Amino acid sequence: MAYEGMIAETLSISGNNNELISAYSARPLGPGPFPGVVLIHHLPGWSEWYREATRRFAHHGYAAISHNLYHRVGEGDAEDVAAKARAEGGVADEEVLGDTEGAVQWMRAQPYHNGKVGVIGSCSGGRQAFLYACNTSSIDAVVELWGGRVVQAEDDRPEKQPTPPIDFTKDLSCPMLGLFGNEDRSPSAEQVDQHEAELKKHGKDYEFHRYDGAGHGFFYYHRPMYCIEQAMDGWEKIFGFFQKHLAE
Amino acid sequence: MCTSIVEIVNAEGKGKGKDGWFALTKSVVSYDHPHFALLEEAITIDFVNHDHGPGARAAVELTLESAKALNGALNKAIKAAENEHAKRS
Repeated sequence: MAYEGMIAETLSISGNNNELISAYSARPLGPGPFPGVVLIHHLPGWSEWYREATRRFAHHGYAAISHNLYHRVGEGDAEDVAAKARAEGGVADEEVLGDTEGAVQWMRAQPYHNGKVGVIGSCSGGRQAFLYACNTSSIDAVVELWGGRVVQAEDDRPEKQPTPPIDFTKDLSCPMLGLFGNEDRSPSAEQVDQHEAELKKHGKDYEFHRYDGAGHGFFYYHRPMYCIEQAMDGWEKIFGFFQKHLAE
Repeated sequence: MCTSIVEIVNAEGKGKGKDGWFALTKSVVSYDHPHFALLEEAITIDFVNHDHGPGARAAVELTLESAKALNGALNKAIKAAENEHAKRS
C-alpha cells in the first residue's frame, strides 16, 4: 500500500488591499506539483462543510485553499459570524474580488503548485466565483454551484453588490462549469435560463448541468436539501472538469 | 446572501446567549438559509449586540407559518400591553 497523507491548516494570506485575512488550506503530502483550487464559502460562512470540501480536494490530489470572506466581520462560531455579516448586508463585491485574487496569488506562489488554478463556490459563493471569473485573468477554470443572485432583480442593487454578475458575462475569462437544481428558487430555473443565454450570446466555453428533483444546496449532506444521486453526479462532474482544465 | 431579505430595528432589552444575558442593541429579521432548522429557508430572528462581537446573539430559526403565528401573538400582546398602559394613565 502506498503511503498517503495530507496537511491541513489555518493560515493568513494577503487579501483585498493587502489586508491579512484567515484561510484554511489542505494539500497532499509530497512535493507535487499539485493543481490548485480556491474555494469561496457560502452564505452560512466559513463553515465546517467548507473545511471538509477543502480537504476533499486535497484527498483528490489538489492543493486547496478556502479563504475567510468574513474575516473582517469578527471572530466566533461560523453561524454567529455569518449572522453578523448578514446584518451588515453581506460582504462587498469589491472586497470579495480582492480577497479571492489574494487567495489565487497565494496558491500561485506555493512551490508545490502546478501553475493552474480553479475557483469554486456555492450559493452566495457561486455568485462570487462567477463574478470573480469575469473580473480576473488569473484563473484557468471556474465552477459555480447554484449561485444565487447572479441575476439580480431591478430593485435588488444594494450598495455592497451594486452590479448583477450576469452583466459581466462578456468578460468571463476561463471555462466554466455550472450545477443547478431545477427546484431551486434562488437561482430559479428562469434565472438559470437567463444566465445560460448570456453565456451563449457571448460565445463562452461553459457547461451547465441542471438536476431534476434537486433544489438549492443539494450537496449539503447535513441539510434537508441533500440529494445523494445528484450530489454524487455533481462531484463527478467537478472532478472531471478540474482534471481536464487544471491537471492535464 | 441568496435572498437579501433582511430587516433591522433597534432593540432595547436583554437577550440570553451562550455566555448568559447581554444588553441588546438590534433585532435582525431575515429570510434566508438557516443553519440548524431543517428547512431550505427560514425566518431567522437574531437579537444581537455587535459591540460585543458576533457571539452576542440570541437566535431563532422559524418556519414561515411559525413566524406568522409569532407576529400575530406579538401584535396581540403589544395591543393588550398598550391597553394596560392606557388604563394606568
